[in-house]
Amino acid sequence: MLFNNLDQLYRSVIMDHYKKPHNRGELDGDHCVTVNMNNPSCGDKIQVSLKIEDNKVVDVKYLGSGCAISQSSASMMTEAIKGLAIDKIHQLTFDFSEMVQGREHNDDMDLGDAEALHGVSQYPARIKCATLAWKAVEKALREADKKEKSHQ
Amino acid sequence: MDIQTIRQDFPILKQQVNGHHLVYLDNSATSQKPVSVIQTMVDYYETYNSNVHRGVHTLGTIATDRYEEAREKIRRFINASSEKEIIYTMGTTQSLNLIAYGYGLARLGKGDEIVITPMEHHANLIPWQQVAKKTGAVLRYFPMEADGTLDLVKVRETITNQTKVVSVTEVSNVLGTVNPVKEIAKIAHEHGAIMVVDGAQSTPHMTVDVQDLDADFFAFSGHKMLGPTGIGVLYGKQELLEAMEPIETGGEMIDEVNFQNATWAELPWKLEAGTPHIAGAIGLGAAIDYLQRIGMDAIQHYEEQLTAKAYNMLSEIEGVTLYGPSKRSGLVSFNIEGVHPHDVSTALDSEGIAVRAGHHCAQPLMSCLKCESTVRASFYFYNSEDEIEALAKGIKEAKEFFGHVV
Repeated sequence: MLFNNLDQLYRSVIMDHYKKPHNRGELDGDHCVTVNMNNPSCGDKIQVSLKIEDNKVVDVKYLGSGCAISQSSASMMTEAIKGLAIDKIHQLTFDFSEMVQGREHNDDMDLGDAEALHGVSQYPARIKCATLAWKAVEKALREADKKEKSHQ
Repeated sequence: MDIQTIRQDFPILKQQVNGHHLVYLDNSATSQKPVSVIQTMVDYYETYNSNVHRGVHTLGTIATDRYEEAREKIRRFINASSEKEIIYTMGTTQSLNLIAYGYGLARLGKGDEIVITPMEHHANLIPWQQVAKKTGAVLRYFPMEADGTLDLVKVRETITNQTKVVSVTEVSNVLGTVNPVKEIAKIAHEHGAIMVVDGAQSTPHMTVDVQDLDADFFAFSGHKMLGPTGIGVLYGKQELLEAMEPIETGGEMIDEVNFQNATWAELPWKLEAGTPHIAGAIGLGAAIDYLQRIGMDAIQHYEEQLTAKAYNMLSEIEGVTLYGPSKRSGLVSFNIEGVHPHDVSTALDSEGIAVRAGHHCAQPLMSCLKCESTVRASFYFYNSEDEIEALAKGIKEAKEFFGHVV
């Protein structure tokens, strides 16, 4: 077999999201916030847009370019967080980050397809690829929070 | 050259990585170290560790002698005319920053021009961007041909009488292009500009003669040429270094200090504030000894064969795009259609093959190549033809693996 264990990292669900990404695009208008994030060590780029109503992310889109891990992770992230309350999303991004670093994490959380990225923990050099989109969500939530506070 | 004997000198190459023999093809990032370099540094720490140019005790004297002997080895290695022209730095990045801030900042003004190439490493780009912003000078670029080379006719058209600094890498860390720095220096000097050469990727692989190049400044790193990290060199013509004010001041670089004023030590120490990387300098001296035992011409000749083999093997693989000219220094940058460089790199790593994936600290160049990143395999004289074959095989397998799962 080619490349021992490499299919433990590149699971078919990951490659599906990479080739046919979900929720690509940009959101614009009321209650929307868009942020950009780079991984300067490798050049991966991501843009995440959230639409937030009543403390809930009612819609999410992303744009970006990069490797199979970073781009599939972004696609799966959008599926995992859409429709969730903000505090729930904070928990989810934390659990995802713990999972890909191989730490104990809360198994009850529904990461959806993103669960398939647990194999990244065996590839420390690729953890940053997997977490980029999730860090961008956290950044977008901080921006939204700032925006709301300045309106009050 | 007897590669198998040479490889015995590099302990790191004997190991297995991910169940395979290590195939180390990331030499443009950093080279491996022979036992002689490692042992030289151990000897320093075990038997004569002391500060230099301070104490009059025995160990201090030995350390100072070895430290200055290494400087003399470096002087001979690049054929500088005096050891006053060899300034120890942390590496190429610090050397280039010293030139930009220590020389450029005080001498450049509004309307002056700095000219570099689109293939510069960020280390020979951002210091000039910053100095241009601070002084009002204009940062301009030589046009680059589609194959990643420079055309001397266009170089001549780009340099004007406003040009005060020309700074060019001798070898591109992404494309392997060998730039005609001697000819560019001549044109720069005709217009009264100084010529700065980034020698980070050339010094490890070919004979460097700074007097023959007529470079005003020349920068390189120890760790890419068998030496340790954290030590590098700034070469400068003596009259230019004499005219520079130190940008770092403190211990070791003074002549006399009173409550309000200080005067500077002579070159080279004037530009070396603080306790230097003594073990690093001595280790770099040992690295130069090793390189000279093999001979720089033999190294260059062998790497040319190795690189030609890699270039030919990879260009025959369908779906592989190679970047840069066919005549090149020891590296190949490429992409596999439809597979991101990081994924290629992870796949090769699982076979024990270490390559670099990314923008290689040359983001503007990536935009010229119309890609965001590449895979780079870079060679040194201890690499074997078998390792080139392992690389080609790994690339074919990666193509197949990602072709299947896609």
